[in-house]
Amino acid sequence: MRIALVGQPNSGKSTLFNALVGLKAVASNFPGTTVEILRGRASLRGKPAEVVDLPGIYSLQAGDPAERVARDFLLQEKVDLIVNVIDASVLLRSLSLTLELAELGIPMVVVLNMADEAEHKGLKIDKEKLSQILGVPVVSTVASRGMGLGELLTALPQARVPQPPPYSPRVEEAIKEALPLIQGEPKYSGLPPRHAVLTFLSEEKDIPPNLRERLGCGKEGDPAVILADERAALAARIFREVARLERTKPGLREHLDDILMHPILAYPFLLLALFLLFFLTFKMGGLLEGLLMPQLEALGERIREMLGNGVLAQALAGALDGLFAGIGIALPYLLPFYLLLALLEDVGYLPRIGFLLDGLMHRLGLHGKSIIPFVLGYGCSVPAVLATRILEDERDRLITAALAVMIPCAARTVVIFGLVGRFLGPWTALALYLVNILAVAIAAALLARIFPATGPGLIMEIPPYRWPTLRTILGKTWLRLREFVKVAWPILIGSSFVLALAEALGWQPYLDTAARVFTWPLGLPAQAGVPLVFGILRKELALLLLAQALGTENFGALLSPGQMLVFTVFTIFYMPCLATVGALLREMGWRRTLLVVLGTTGLALVLGLFARLLSLAL
Amino acid sequence: MNINFSALPLSELSPGQRGSIYAVLGPGRGVQLRLSALGLRPGAVVQVLGYGPGRGPILLEVNGTRVALGRGVARRILVIPEKN
Repeated sequence: MRIALVGQPNSGKSTLFNALVGLKAVASNFPGTTVEILRGRASLRGKPAEVVDLPGIYSLQAGDPAERVARDFLLQEKVDLIVNVIDASVLLRSLSLTLELAELGIPMVVVLNMADEAEHKGLKIDKEKLSQILGVPVVSTVASRGMGLGELLTALPQARVPQPPPYSPRVEEAIKEALPLIQGEPKYSGLPPRHAVLTFLSEEKDIPPNLRERLGCGKEGDPAVILADERAALAARIFREVARLERTKPGLREHLDDILMHPILAYPFLLLALFLLFFLTFKMGGLLEGLLMPQLEALGERIREMLGNGVLAQALAGALDGLFAGIGIALPYLLPFYLLLALLEDVGYLPRIGFLLDGLMHRLGLHGKSIIPFVLGYGCSVPAVLATRILEDERDRLITAALAVMIPCAARTVVIFGLVGRFLGPWTALALYLVNILAVAIAAALLARIFPATGPGLIMEIPPYRWPTLRTILGKTWLRLREFVKVAWPILIGSSFVLALAEALGWQPYLDTAARVFTWPLGLPAQAGVPLVFGILRKELALLLLAQALGTENFGALLSPGQMLVFTVFTIFYMPCLATVGALLREMGWRRTLLVVLGTTGLALVLGLFARLLSLAL
Repeated sequence: MNINFSALPLSELSPGQRGSIYAVLGPGRGVQLRLSALGLRPGAVVQVLGYGPGRGPILLEVNGTRVALGRGVARRILVIPEKN
């Protein structure tokens, strides 16, 4: 038995998923093609079932990747039961999707989630009546507090194929007339007939003029929009039958935005939130690192002794370094960073950051939603690249991904603080972060010149503030950490192996010579070549290898301040690490990935030269 | 259909002002459907809550949901302002 959870974004679908799956079974996650689909096994009243959490969608019309994935999943995978999760407080808007789902002819249960939220808004919903109108069981839940789950489990076996009221006579007529037209069309064979006809009417380029007339499109009208309006009208009729809105006084929560979204007052709070995000990450990260690293190093030493001194043994020891580096970076810094970010997201502040910075991002040819991948980038570039999926427009996704990889991740932070911070002072390091933001902004403006904005701009729901639940925060954090663990970590281990092998075989001189292309114009010593080459594998390695190549960790003795600055600037910007390249490949194909690799490396060279000139002038 | 001359772009309403949507002028099917899914379709009553600074986005409420729209999109939604 396969059960799919379908609902609009912010409907609490994932909370419900966690409640269903997390309690009784271990969730096993598989990545979708471009958008995450979560699957978990659950035992529902003793019967084994696979529960699938589809991405949040507003409609089944394939407008963005999430909608395409959800629709394809529902049509192609054998789904036995749809659980349509609705945020009860926005029932009116949600019913359009419910009507679209009803066209699929799959048994369904409707869940009115966030029943408390609806009550708070003064919205009274007659569940029995809604159940009668739609012909399916309707239960109300507060998934975040586990309320109504028992009722839902009882309702699942009573799921029925929905029988909603018909659309207006002209649309129903059009459906009847169009039915013969799609018979025998391979594109529509095997699809639920009502869904197939409506898809035909709204997506086919040239539908016969008599059908257009029947739908009331006129010459210019868009059948897709007319059908969407038709569903909305029916949804509104149903809403009026089942819901009653009583006036309530707006509470504290509604007034929070008076300050947090205020054109001026909002910004001190925004800065405070971002400061706390980074400050707490570093505090907690330092603490964890202090606890973990000595243990790991001691363990590493022991294993090294056991392995001995052969070429293969050295290479294996290298792989071990990669394994430990993953633990040393991932756990201490990524974990608190993504935990805090998930907290900001679940409280509802992250979309507000998007709103507040939309004006600024607009000037860079992007819009507010792009800020989310950028902020994620300070943790690890891989989740940042994958997060560009939240953008509807392809051009915005490309540019945001290309820029997000230039944000210094945790690994590059190691280089910035280990070299510039330690030898040139923390303020210089901090200044580098500002310079980085400036460079990203300039690159954005340039890219906007080359690729003019095509997207509509910002269209984003601002959800109400909510108390986060620990389970969803942990779930989200794990999802992003998993991207590091699954994509970045194996590459880290593999590349450390290769590096150690190259070292054991004595290849460094060749690499140093090859890297002269970069080290010579930048005025860096030839030994900086190997660290930069292998920095592509793991950016924080650049520092470690530099110490090895120079034979000392006291960089100040062998490198001038200018050289340290140049090395760091180059490391921040040049070609993203292999794990990130892998993520870029997955998201945008090899041509565009190559463009990003060449572009960032070129930019790094320019900025490195600039830093060299600057340090000569000072 | 009669043309209603009191219709204004949504971006012309001042904070706190309400109006009912008269027409949504694209751009394009995708945007119209997305706006429609959020409840922004002809006949819906919207209230402008505020604007972001500079040429920032517009924050509005429709059917009890808050939605942020860039100015470009907001210009293409025509509303008939409510008299108050």
